[in-house]
Amino acid sequence: MFRWWPLPAVVLLAALPALLTPYTSDLVVQVFVLAVFALSLELLVGMTGLVSLGHAAFYGIGAYVAMLASPAAGAGNLLTLLGASVGAAALYALFVGAFSLRTRGVYFIMVTLAFSQMAYFVFHDTGLAGGSDGLFLGKAPTLGPLDTADRRQFYFLALAALAGTYALLTLLRRSRFGHALAGIRVNEQRMRAAGFATTLYKLAAFVIAGALAGLAGCLLALKDGAVNPELLSWHESGAVLLMIILGGVGHLRGAVIGALAFVLLKELYSTPAVVGEFLAGHWPLTLGLTIIAFVAMLPRGLIGLFERRPR
Amino acid sequence: MDLATFLIQCLNAVQYGLLLFLIASGLTLIFGIMGVINLAHGSFYMLGAYLAFSIAPWFGTNFIALLVVGTLLAAVFGALLEWAFFSFLYERDHLQQVLMTYALILVFEETRSLLVGNDVHGVQVPPWLAGTLPLGTLMTYPVYRLFASLACVVVGVALHWLVNRTRLGMMIRAGASNREMVRALGIDIRRLYRIVFAGGVALAALAGMIAAPMTSVYPGMGGQVLIVCFVVVVIGGIGSIGGALVASLLVGVVDTFGKVFFAEYSGVGVYLLMAIVLVWRPEGLMRRRF
Repeated sequence: MFRWWPLPAVVLLAALPALLTPYTSDLVVQVFVLAVFALSLELLVGMTGLVSLGHAAFYGIGAYVAMLASPAAGAGNLLTLLGASVGAAALYALFVGAFSLRTRGVYFIMVTLAFSQMAYFVFHDTGLAGGSDGLFLGKAPTLGPLDTADRRQFYFLALAALAGTYALLTLLRRSRFGHALAGIRVNEQRMRAAGFATTLYKLAAFVIAGALAGLAGCLLALKDGAVNPELLSWHESGAVLLMIILGGVGHLRGAVIGALAFVLLKELYSTPAVVGEFLAGHWPLTLGLTIIAFVAMLPRGLIGLFERRPR
Repeated sequence: MDLATFLIQCLNAVQYGLLLFLIASGLTLIFGIMGVINLAHGSFYMLGAYLAFSIAPWFGTNFIALLVVGTLLAAVFGALLEWAFFSFLYERDHLQQVLMTYALILVFEETRSLLVGNDVHGVQVPPWLAGTLPLGTLMTYPVYRLFASLACVVVGVALHWLVNRTRLGMMIRAGASNREMVRALGIDIRRLYRIVFAGGVALAALAGMIAAPMTSVYPGMGGQVLIVCFVVVVIGGIGSIGGALVASLLVGVVDTFGKVFFAEYSGVGVYLLMAIVLVWRPEGLMRRRF
């Protein structure tokens, strides 16, 4: 029944801007960007069984490269920027993956964390890219008639990125490659015994996930017009992991729902008009307590609400 | 670099390493025995520092009593925390525990900001530790830093005795090497979990209390130390206290001398060390395999 829901969802979201105020439209774009980011991690955690706590490195690198590749004067070419961001993130993922896939389990979590922290300190401590202040975008890039400075057009760009990512991962999941990843998640030794070069499969998944995170980062940089090193920090990696667990690991829908829930909860709890001046100033407290309640009551994430319990 | 400066940097490296060891030993046990990736461990360090700041007025110059009482309070708090937030999670996927500890960080940070505010506070060094020792002709070294190292060594020796010479320690070691087997042998694993978690919280809080007079007490002090401690745990090998000691001293040296020689890139050094160690030994320096 839920199998075809992405199609009407995309149509609905494409019609949405007509109804939205600029503020809510921005919020939806934020959900799109974070959903792409969460989906990229879902490829690792849910589909391959590799839990990474350093995924924000690729996100941040994507964002930084979009800034660095923009010309100092005039508008850049959108395709060039996207390509540079995705390419740079994929390259770093190739480098990190080649080392970190030697380890497994908790060690893998920690090694990915270490590599992301290395990237964080390179951007934070050195003068390569603005240090701790970050960078600002001069002029939003364009592509033919498409101008990303226009909020409406950017909305559709972000929606297209989300739909494309979702479609790509759906296809991957049904392909031979996706089945091999599922096999690795369940029993890697057996897959190796069956003749699969499992490390190469995992590396390919890692690089694709990194590239998609770079795409999300590029979109974020264009949306905000600014980047700072905090994008690469482990808090960001933790937050995206939180989104997919919150939504429900093992489902592409879960990542999208998780990103949506995360953005909405954060916005809700930090709006004084909704929760009052006092609580709005302390939104992490209410957000944290809500997550604890979710963990306690929804062992399979938010997606568990929509599914019948397996017998 | 002359000899006195070098010596001071060595002392700093050892002192930092020993402090890391206190935090990381709890973290490595919680990792190794409970299988919980405790992202909130840095918050316990912060908790200790703020605890020292809050209860210091009641203890006057009796700093040792402050440390003892604070550690006990932290242990009780840890046991309560384990009961309230983790005891129902062990049968679930590990990711749920990661989510829980992440949520706890948010809660702790905001509760701290509600109760104590966001200002940077200082904790007075007790008068009997406030002096400096002359070192060479020009340099001096604060007595309190020597005291901090000594306190860490004392706790480390006690921990070594506890883990290697007592019945509880035997269970802890067994739990670290094979959790399922320990459960199968009829040891009350839930009680063991509670003790280990409370102990880990107490150690991290103790480290925070010891560090408070040196580093001052500030928001976000937990997050920074957490990641370094993860590095220590991974370099040392999960569940190995000896490994944690070696790794924390190594990290202390690399970090301290990295700051002296390569100021701009010093943040990277520790992570580079970890990457090198893991390429060489993917299971850490001292992970015992059975």
